[in-house]
Amino acid sequence: MRVQIVDGVIPAAEIVAGMKAGVDGAVCVFDGIVRDNTRGRKTLFLEYEAYREMALAQMQSLAEQAVTEFGVRDVAVVHRLGRLEVGETIVLVVVASAHRGAAFDACRWLIDTLKKTVPIWKKEHFVDGAVWAAGEPFPEGVAVSGSAGDSAERGARS
Amino acid sequence: MVAYSFESMRVRVLYFGVLKEIFGREHEVVELAEGADVAGLLAMFRERGRAPRSLWESLAVAVNQEYARAGDLLHEGDEVALLPPVSGGVA
Repeated sequence: MRVQIVDGVIPAAEIVAGMKAGVDGAVCVFDGIVRDNTRGRKTLFLEYEAYREMALAQMQSLAEQAVTEFGVRDVAVVHRLGRLEVGETIVLVVVASAHRGAAFDACRWLIDTLKKTVPIWKKEHFVDGAVWAAGEPFPEGVAVSGSAGDSAERGARS
Repeated sequence: MVAYSFESMRVRVLYFGVLKEIFGREHEVVELAEGADVAGLLAMFRERGRAPRSLWESLAVAVNQEYARAGDLLHEGDEVALLPPVSGGVA
């Protein structure tokens, strides 16, 4: 498994080529790239930051789960941080498997789960200002539901 | 030596994304009463009133790099990260 957080260009083609083995019948690739707009607002560049050690551990855990639960042979998950220009690769997910069904499913699950649970944030720089992207709500089991006074209730349940 | 040291503890709190900008720093050491939990720490921050209420409600918290629940107890020297919703994107 190749799980990395990098600060420079992700060599996508090279990583994909390196993932192929004789027993594979399918390699499914998700290449997440910088789009030139958000809802029509023109993007100059994006800036990514992470809780780096935790993000890497979470990505490693997702990669292991993907192999175990989808029965694929191997996966690569690589995320880049820092300033990224339009068209550059932000995150690359590669899944190698004997058959395409598992490869597609694992690839989709990996990127969707990564986007919801791995502590990485995006700041969008537009021509007319910059904003931290409003992320999706954390899924159950990750969200702290952290209102004060909630703890007694949770304590009783656990 | 002082009773004080038995009644309080210190945790290191890390801020990310929009919270880092709101607080104007990446981390700080926070003193809490012994036996404080994650919800207690969050309540303390909410009282500072510097971040919008909606943000506190959407937050995740990691203690020593594992996602934590509101009722999890904190301990001296813990690393507590306040995590705004992650980058997401339209599926």
